[in-house]
Parts: sequence; structure tokens; C-alpha cells
Amino acid sequence: MSPPDQRVKPDATAITPRGEFRQVNREPTMSKVRVLVGTRKGAFVLTADGKREKWDVSGPFFAGWEIYHMKGSPVNPDRIYVSQTSGWFGQIIQRSDDGGKTWHAPGGGQQKSPQGWPTGESNRFVYDAAAAPLTTHQWYDGTQHPWEFKRVWHLEPSLADAEAVYAGVEDAALFHSKDGAHSWQELPGLRGHGTGPNWQPGAGGMCLHTIVLDPKDPMRIYIAISAAGAFRTDDGGTSWKPINKGLRSQFLPDQDAEVGHCVHHIAMSPRRPGVLFMQKHWDVMRSDDAGDMWREVSGNLPTDFGFAIDVHAHEPETIYVAPIKSDSEHFPLDGKLQVWRSRSGGNEWEALTNGLPQQNCYVNVLRDAMAVDGLDDCGIYFGTTGGQVYISPDSGDHWKPIVRDLPAVLSVEVQTIA
Amino acid sequence: MTERVLRIEMPHHLRTLAQVSGEVRLIVQEPVTLGRVLDALEAQYPVLRGTIRDQETRQRRAFLRFFACSEDWSHAAPETPLPEAVADGREPLMIVGAIAGGNQQFRRMRFAREKSAQAVGPGS
Repeated sequence: MSPPDQRVKPDATAITPRGEFRQVNREPTMSKVRVLVGTRKGAFVLTADGKREKWDVSGPFFAGWEIYHMKGSPVNPDRIYVSQTSGWFGQIIQRSDDGGKTWHAPGGGQQKSPQGWPTGESNRFVYDAAAAPLTTHQWYDGTQHPWEFKRVWHLEPSLADAEAVYAGVEDAALFHSKDGAHSWQELPGLRGHGTGPNWQPGAGGMCLHTIVLDPKDPMRIYIAISAAGAFRTDDGGTSWKPINKGLRSQFLPDQDAEVGHCVHHIAMSPRRPGVLFMQKHWDVMRSDDAGDMWREVSGNLPTDFGFAIDVHAHEPETIYVAPIKSDSEHFPLDGKLQVWRSRSGGNEWEALTNGLPQQNCYVNVLRDAMAVDGLDDCGIYFGTTGGQVYISPDSGDHWKPIVRDLPAVLSVEVQTIA
Repeated sequence: MTERVLRIEMPHHLRTLAQVSGEVRLIVQEPVTLGRVLDALEAQYPVLRGTIRDQETRQRRAFLRFFACSEDWSHAAPETPLPEAVADGREPLMIVGAIAGGNQQFRRMRFAREKSAQAVGPGS
């Protein structure tokens, strides 16, 4: 297998935590911010200048479809990839080459299957059963269940090549496109790890939802699966190892099991690759050795259940979570929407509430629905299942809604553009 | 071979995906079977491939139904000829999203056609 196509950038400090390369521009008013919002009923693009006070809202794009994720290329910000999906009509990949003004399905061209019938390239996610035979995985009741493709949860564009992008799918597997999402090939080593029969779906399905590319080591990729856990490759995706030591999950008969943990999200500062932060089903965790060992840093959080976690653009020890009451009550504690910030890499946390509703708020913040921009004062963004997208232009001290009444927000990504 | 012009009605999501509004007209060679109609539809609108039938198995997606002439053709074999009223374009082949809204959409379409027929009078 050829190595992944992202290359080491000489100045890692110029990369945002989302893998975006910052433009050399210290004047906020000269920059532009583009927020990509995926919702249950379409995609929206929110844009503002560097002050982030006045917003232009465009959309809905792909109205009526679930937009699980959309993300721009750090190499070419006008290149945006979108996962458009439906339980009725299946999976579509859309692409924009002009910053979200127009879209097209790149694989709409002619292609024939081995049997001779026509297929749509970009909508084909076919497991590489020749390289890694399709096994079964554990079902909710503990029985074995066939591995079946359902949808793309997460798209992660390459750090070096606008034509290259990874896709995390349900049932869990990692795919790669080298031709701008025209066609997709599985990286079968992950599914072929051998522990597949012990992977099981979380409430949302057995999804590969997190892909983190290491900006300093192009052969290293982290992924996370609900509910299998976190995995890492150090050889460009050929082989993978579970990195779940230190995680404990009460729903497993062996709480220290190698796989089976419900990891909700992983964040990493590209300024300091190898230091990872994880929001697990319960517990906020930290690893200082690329996932080889984890330790809990929930500290004084009022509840350590949640989905979203992210890292400040310029302060690698400043992290953010959106605590949710419990796994059976997916809304904020006491009806108060709060983001919590730790400036010490965990354990000591402070509530950020200024501008957020502090009564009668019962929304959720999903795993891909928090992001940060790369401006000097680091804007923090998150979307809710109530359709609000909030911004804090000052690292979390003050919040305000950009929009209040979108469909339920599934994902939020931010592009900082010169 | 004789070519026939058919009418296809699709749900909103597929119309927006194919960037069409209203009915789609397709040219299909005889014999007009369900499989040939879907092949022609996917050839004319490649982006629809995989949205109606699974790309690997060619099986109808579970939440879609095929209705024609007030009958359910969802479980018909691909090589089964469609009714002559569909083959000659008098009646559309309807691709309907099942369960949530599908039946209602079907009723709305029928209701609209019946109202239209009443407005111009029977047999016109």
C-alpha cells in the first residue's frame, strides 16, 4: 500500500487544531471565517470577516438530506467535501470547488461494475473483502451480525493534497480517495485487525467517526470507533493497533478490554502531535504518548459524559468539552447549556456560560459539532440538536448565537481564510 | 427495437439530487421492464446510482417502493414487463419513499391526478 499523501509542513505552528494551515495574517479584519454546518435536513455555510460579528447564512444545500459532515481542504480552502446521506436513498458524496457556492457529486460519471452494470463512483463504498474478509461484529444483544455499509460519518481531507480525503464509515471502516472523491478504496488493514467480532455498535451505529492526521508524521493516523475504541497506524494505514489502555467501560464484562470501548471523540493540537484528548462515553481522558496509555482528566467536571471535545488553536493545554447529563439523558445538566474549559490540560475545569442559555435548555452537542478557528483570539464554535450555532470570539469567555433555528446540527467545522 | 417514452415520478430527495423538477421522461427500448426503466434512469442521471438500487446487489433499497397503475410493483422481478399504460406514457412509474411520507405522497399524487382528470372531464 502506498503511504498516505499528506506531507510534513515545515511550520507546524501554522496549523490549526483541525488540521488547517493558518494564513499569515495577524489582522482579524483582513481574514474571513467560514463555518460549515451539517444538519439533519441540509447543509449551511456561515461566513463572516475576522471580527465575526456580522454573519451571512447560505443554505440549505441538499435540503432534506442528512449532512453528517462537511470539511474543507487545508490545502485549498475552496475545496469542500460533504457527506450527504439518507436511510431511504443511501450515501452521496458532494464536493464544492468554489468555497460552497456550487456543488456537484464528483463520481457522477460512467463506471461499470465487474458484472457490467453502471455504478456511481463516488457513491460506492465497497469493503475490500479480498484483502480483509468480511467478518461479523457483535450486535446489541451480544450475537454476531453481518458487516454492512450504511453511511459516511466523517470526511478528513489530506493535509497536503486537495484531491486526497479519508472517509470514516458505518459499519466501521476507513476509506481513502486520491482523486477528489471520484472513487474510494478501503484501507482494509483496520477492519482486518482481527478484533472485529468484538466491535459493537453504539446507540448511533457502529461508526468510524473520528480521523486525526498527524501533521509531523505522515504515516501516523488516529481513528476512533463507537464502540470499538481508538486505533493508530504508524505505517500509513497498512497495520493498526488498538490504543485503549487506561480506558475503563462499565458496560463491558472486562472493563479493561483491548477493544469494545465507546470513544466519542478525540482531539489533538497539531502544535503538539502525540498528546491526545478524548471524550469517552463517560470520562474525559488524556494521553501523552500517542495513545499508548490514557489517564482520566475529568477532574471537577459536573458530569463527564459528553460527545464533543476540542483544543484551543494556540494553547495546547487549553481544552473544551460540552458536558451532557448522562447516557440516558442527552441534554445539559439542570437545563443549563455550558461549555467547560481547562487551561491545564484537564483535571481543573471552569464553566463558560456567558451568553449561553442557563434555564430550560435541553439540547445535545454531538461529537463533530465543535470546532475552533485559527485567528489570534481563537474563536470557539459549537452546534446543538436544537439548531443553534454558537460562537465565542474570545476563547470561550463570551458566547452568542450565529443562528438559532437550523435543523438539528450534526457537525460544525471552521475554515480560517486570508 | 421500438423505443417508448415513459414518465417517472420520483420523491423530492431524488428530484433535487438529479436536479429535475416534476416528472422525468425516459426513452426505453421494448420490452419495457422494471429493470430496463431503472437502467435508463440511472444512465440519464448517474448521480442516482445507488440511491434506488444497491450498487453491488442491484436490489431495491429497503425504504423505496415502485407503484404503477395503482399497483405495487416493488417486489416484481426486474425482467417483468410493466403495464402497457406505463410503457406508452399514459401512467407514470412512481418511485416512492416508503413509510414516512411515502404513502401520503402516493395519495397526494393520485389525488392531484384525479382532480386534474375531473377538471377536464372523463375521457378527454
